[in-house]
Amino acid sequence: MSQEFRTTSGGRIDRDQAVRFRFGGRDYEGYAGDTLASALLANGVIQTSTSIKLGRPRGIFAAGVEEPNALVQVEEPFPEPMLTATTVELYDGLVARGLPGQGRLANEPDPARYDAMHAHCDVLVVGAGPAGLAAASVAAASGARVVLVDDQPEPGGSLLGTRETGALDWAASVAADLRANPEVRLLTRTTAFGYYDDNYVIAVERRTNHLGAAAPAHLSRERIWRIRARHVVLATGAHERSLAFDGNDLPGVMLAGAARTYVNRYGVRPGRRAVVFTTNDSAYAAAADLLDAGVEIAAIVDARPDANPQWRGVEVLAGHTIARARGEDRVAAVVLDDGREFAADLLLVSAGWNPAGALYSQVGGRLRFDADLGAFRPDGCRQAVEVAGAANGTYPVVGCLAEGTAAGQKAAEATGFTAGQVRPLPTIDERPATPPVHLWALPGDEATQFVDLQRDVTVADIRRATGAGMRSVEHVKRYTTAGTAHDQGKTSGTLTSGVVAHLLGVDVGDLGTTTFRPPYAPVSFAALAGRDRGALHDPVRVTALHSWHEAHGALFENVGQWKRPWYYPQAGEDLHAAVRRECRAVREGVGMMDASTLGKIDVQGPDAAVLLDRLYTNLISTLKVGAIRYGVMCRADGMVFDDGTVIRLASDRFLVTTTTGNAAAVLDWMEDFLQTEWPDLRVRCTSVTEQWATVALVGPRSREVLGALAPHLPVDNADFPFMTWRDTSVAGLPARVCRISFSGELAYELNVSWWDALALWEAVYAAGEPFGITTYGTETMHVLRAEKGYPIIGQDTDGTVTPQDLGMDWVVSKKKPDFVGKRSFARAENARPDRKHLVGLLPDDGATLLPEGAHLVEMETLPEPPVPMLGHVTSSYHSAALGRPFALALIRGGRDRMGERVYAPLGEALVPVTITSPVLYDPEGTRRDG
Amino acid sequence: MAGPGSDLPDHPDWLWRNPEPKRSYDVIVIGAGGHGLATAYYLAKNHGITNVAVLERGWLAGGNMARNTTIIRSNYLWDESAGIYEHALKLWEGLEEDLDYPILFSQRGVVNLAHSLQDVRDSVRRVEANRLNGVDAEWLDPQQVKEVCPIVNVSPDVRYPVLGGTYQPRAGIAKHDYVAWGFARAADALGVDLIQHCEVTGLDIAGGRITGVQTTRGRIAAGKVAMAAAGHSSVVARMAGIDLPVQSHPLQALVSELLEPVHPTVVMSNAVHVYVSQAHKGELVMGAGIDSYNGYGQRGAFHIIERQMSAALELFPAFARAHVLRTWGGIVDVTPDASPIVGLTPVDELYVNCGWGTGGFKATPGVGWCYAHTIAHGEPHPLNAPFSLDRFTTGALVDEHGAAAVAH
Amino acid sequence: MMLIPCPWCGPREEAEFHYGGQAHVSYPADPAALSDADWARYLFFRDNPKGPFAERWNHSASCRRWFNVIRDTVTNEILAVYPAGQPKPVIA
Repeated sequence: MSQEFRTTSGGRIDRDQAVRFRFGGRDYEGYAGDTLASALLANGVIQTSTSIKLGRPRGIFAAGVEEPNALVQVEEPFPEPMLTATTVELYDGLVARGLPGQGRLANEPDPARYDAMHAHCDVLVVGAGPAGLAAASVAAASGARVVLVDDQPEPGGSLLGTRETGALDWAASVAADLRANPEVRLLTRTTAFGYYDDNYVIAVERRTNHLGAAAPAHLSRERIWRIRARHVVLATGAHERSLAFDGNDLPGVMLAGAARTYVNRYGVRPGRRAVVFTTNDSAYAAAADLLDAGVEIAAIVDARPDANPQWRGVEVLAGHTIARARGEDRVAAVVLDDGREFAADLLLVSAGWNPAGALYSQVGGRLRFDADLGAFRPDGCRQAVEVAGAANGTYPVVGCLAEGTAAGQKAAEATGFTAGQVRPLPTIDERPATPPVHLWALPGDEATQFVDLQRDVTVADIRRATGAGMRSVEHVKRYTTAGTAHDQGKTSGTLTSGVVAHLLGVDVGDLGTTTFRPPYAPVSFAALAGRDRGALHDPVRVTALHSWHEAHGALFENVGQWKRPWYYPQAGEDLHAAVRRECRAVREGVGMMDASTLGKIDVQGPDAAVLLDRLYTNLISTLKVGAIRYGVMCRADGMVFDDGTVIRLASDRFLVTTTTGNAAAVLDWMEDFLQTEWPDLRVRCTSVTEQWATVALVGPRSREVLGALAPHLPVDNADFPFMTWRDTSVAGLPARVCRISFSGELAYELNVSWWDALALWEAVYAAGEPFGITTYGTETMHVLRAEKGYPIIGQDTDGTVTPQDLGMDWVVSKKKPDFVGKRSFARAENARPDRKHLVGLLPDDGATLLPEGAHLVEMETLPEPPVPMLGHVTSSYHSAALGRPFALALIRGGRDRMGERVYAPLGEALVPVTITSPVLYDPEGTRRDG
Repeated sequence: MAGPGSDLPDHPDWLWRNPEPKRSYDVIVIGAGGHGLATAYYLAKNHGITNVAVLERGWLAGGNMARNTTIIRSNYLWDESAGIYEHALKLWEGLEEDLDYPILFSQRGVVNLAHSLQDVRDSVRRVEANRLNGVDAEWLDPQQVKEVCPIVNVSPDVRYPVLGGTYQPRAGIAKHDYVAWGFARAADALGVDLIQHCEVTGLDIAGGRITGVQTTRGRIAAGKVAMAAAGHSSVVARMAGIDLPVQSHPLQALVSELLEPVHPTVVMSNAVHVYVSQAHKGELVMGAGIDSYNGYGQRGAFHIIERQMSAALELFPAFARAHVLRTWGGIVDVTPDASPIVGLTPVDELYVNCGWGTGGFKATPGVGWCYAHTIAHGEPHPLNAPFSLDRFTTGALVDEHGAAAVAH
Repeated sequence: MMLIPCPWCGPREEAEFHYGGQAHVSYPADPAALSDADWARYLFFRDNPKGPFAERWNHSASCRRWFNVIRDTVTNEILAVYPAGQPKPVIA
């Protein structure tokens, strides 16, 4: 019979809405509002799986996020590993199975969307049980902006598992009030899982999981909430715990509070005949509700000797405990410490409650063992936070409401609001509490007394650990793996501490507990990644000419966040062929390149020259307006940091260019010094990288192209000499033209407004057509500069290279008393003759292209490792101009070894190469002026 | 049915004594992390120095040793680094037998991915240097990366496509607690006193020479004192008036639930800040980038984790619905050149071992070996000689992040 | 993710800031006059206390101003915020 354990009425399920699902290969039916666990119990399925290590049958043990046993793998509608049956809301078409061990990831990509939201509020309340609702209600009434998050589909918290109709009505009204309040955000199905500094709380909202295949594709499946609150109220409730006794892992052993939730909230009887074993009052409420729902209560075993021996006609065995739960794959009988035995298919256990202190602890809140409570409770935290209700160790509903109200008031007042009128609190008839007793482990066979159900950790395992010399609960955890499973010890953590303390004969409070770490409950990778994937993983920066490059077949290279044209292959061309063609075109005719990604910084102010003199290794202040100088910057350690050109626009204004990758770092560098070291300097720096687009026009015919485009600009060498600039009009566009060269050829850099870039580019392309103008990318640029021995910072340098190592003594001022990095040049290490120098390499066979990264050795045959190395190849290319491959390398004492032969081990071979000057093309510099 | 991890060996029934501290020792090691324990073990085993105490302010191996992602490799760029890490790797290869402890050293290989043309150059440079230094290393093209780890997304359609990777087949992972406890048990058996919950509060120095330590459990005299305090090195060294060029930062890591095997090796990507392996029981173990600020709180900021997850899914789309079970933080002590400091100090018979940043675990046996030698002989072992404190004055740095940084 | 009180923009998320290490380490007035050891101290040695630490932050994603913070490196509690160039306040 279907759902034979379902009660005839009641519960918060929708009995008109049947839901079909499949579990472990069998089809079942439940109702909307069920969890997978409640639906399985309704169908008489209590065992969901076997245990990970010992293969023992395991059943549904709890009713919420703390479940240690009922792990499931969802297979359809999309595979999701390791969820707890108690937190999977039932939906049509759900296919799942019990999970004894490892979950399974999907082979196909996850089609779902994930996103994140930021929320800022005065008061964040975590948990919408009685305490949380009361707190939120008060805070909201004060006018504060309130966020209330709760992990269940509807507010109510522990009340949902009761028959307290008055309190439930109150909860529903409060929730309605909150939903109607525009200053309140009520998030259900939302688990606050991380609590970080300065009241930053991270939560995950499960938006469409409960809809199964019917989930609309346009909605994000899960959403991360990043909540910054001025004040936080934690009303996270408490988790009931069990204790160690023989057979305490059998299916049918269930937390008493969980059974109460199943019968009241889901209309499910978790068994037919139950024994209740308790150390405190709370299990009586569970027993009452089960009894009323038709579950037979065989006996109540109350560990407290002074417990009332009769309760609603049920025998109460006061001062007794359980010896063992007996049964094959489900509880069949419960044996007491005096040998008496009760037939039962359900054993409800309550050994007390642990305040859910995880979030509080994550952010640095102290937890203190409260001997009366028999649990760890909050004891002080640096954050602006209140803890209310069961999370604070206050269990009666009336107490939770009062604490919640007070916490809400305090939070409101702390954030500058005055409490307003709230709904009257419900009255609840609770019997006065009688003190609990605290038990951790009972006498018996320690090998069948489980402490951590999910990790199959028994008292015997813990005894082995303490016997091996373990004295710290952290060590016992690691020795036994207790508390490390999916549930992160929600039901087992305090019990583990209790058992360890019991075995070592120390106080639980002195022993302490293991540390809580985020997340409070497992959260999917995809939710955390959110939308920051693919193109949104990191911003893509493109120049104003990107679409043109794409349309003309460019392949792109990632340079930092930029996409730069790498080369423009024509039909049938590979990299080498394309680059050979591009290089030849530039050297023999004219080429053009998009150089817009170069960093550009506008440096202005009366002391601009002073600043630049201090940061560049060479003198900048002597630069004349209208002129350009190449400069190098070092870090204070003397290592090359960046290079580029400096243009003097006016006596108090410079335009500095940087490498593409270092633009932000150089600006940061300047601003740092200006603000913190030399605030007396009157200078302002502004990034103009994306204001100016730059087109490099390069090659012996470049002057003719420019002349055609800028008829009013005198372009001959005398009027427009090397390393000068002119503001003019090019192709009718306002432009700044710089005569600089990174190839050794006659060349110009045409700078225009970013908006005019495409117009300029197309004009240059058209004007160059008669000269066979050729577009080229970064690879050709690299070859051309390497032929001239110009280093690329970051490729030919690696943070251990000085300007002198690069052979650039000429760029290091001898006149300036100081510049950043200068002092480091005087260190012993910088005086060594065997520092690595940038040199050229020519493979002796004139044919071998050395791999970039290859090393050089002195010997003709390799000895056993370690082999002494001379240095490595930093750049290596085929050269169309030289008609052979060549390389740049950093070689020990390289400048003193010109003409020497060294060897590059390539695979099994040793390739002989000769050390040369790094300047291999046009060493006389005759081509620069065209 | 035997579940995952059921085949993992149990810990032994006996690990170590919990002795009261004696009044005096020949050598006191400060810090019972992996390095401190390994040092004590090799002091006893290699040098016959057994009158040794290892003092630990918390619980043994509860700092970075308990918090790292257990990656072991030796494919470092510079000769000095390759020397000491390769020495460590060779020791790892015999450690299980040496310690008679199942440390679960799994030589499943480590892949370091390259995502830019410069990454490729740097990677090839490192591979070639490794080979000449006798360290096993290969360059893999994207297809070969996929053969080694089939779930890596090598498609060109991701933000930073995989352009290849370096591969060290002998690299791998081990179980960190097992390693620490193996050293601890072996050291204890050789007579070393492991003293937990004993915080050093002062260093006694007379005439420029260390004479003992002040602790929360009283003064203990010592002929030699060796610091091995990782993230707390600055705090301890300060007690001797010594400043160290290290900064302590939070470093976070996380673990997923147990999953069926999908990830047979270790994959690291410096460019997008993620490193991941699948541990013996099936959980994914992943490390994040370092938090930027100094911190002793063993906690980092959450946006670092979110960033790491987005990077992880770029490389491993299959991980989408895996779950983060637990995150945590350690305190890494980072030097300006991303290389450690191991050797003498300005105080006689006071020794320093720190600055391992994110690389300490893999070095454990190697540094223990060399540091013990340094302490026993009063001068550095050749393998740690380059990692002296005075290199920061001379400028002879071993710049592992200046060059092709693969710091972890 | 700390909430860092920028003196100019107000409290903002840590992710908007760039960390600058120890505050009050001045670029030496005359580097050439320093010994190698003293220069090395400037280059490489910074305080690394467990507890209150005077450090630099830059609000790089907004006003781009550098300022100083005294923060407890254990709890991340910010004890003082003050502009670059001002002396370190005395923290009780």
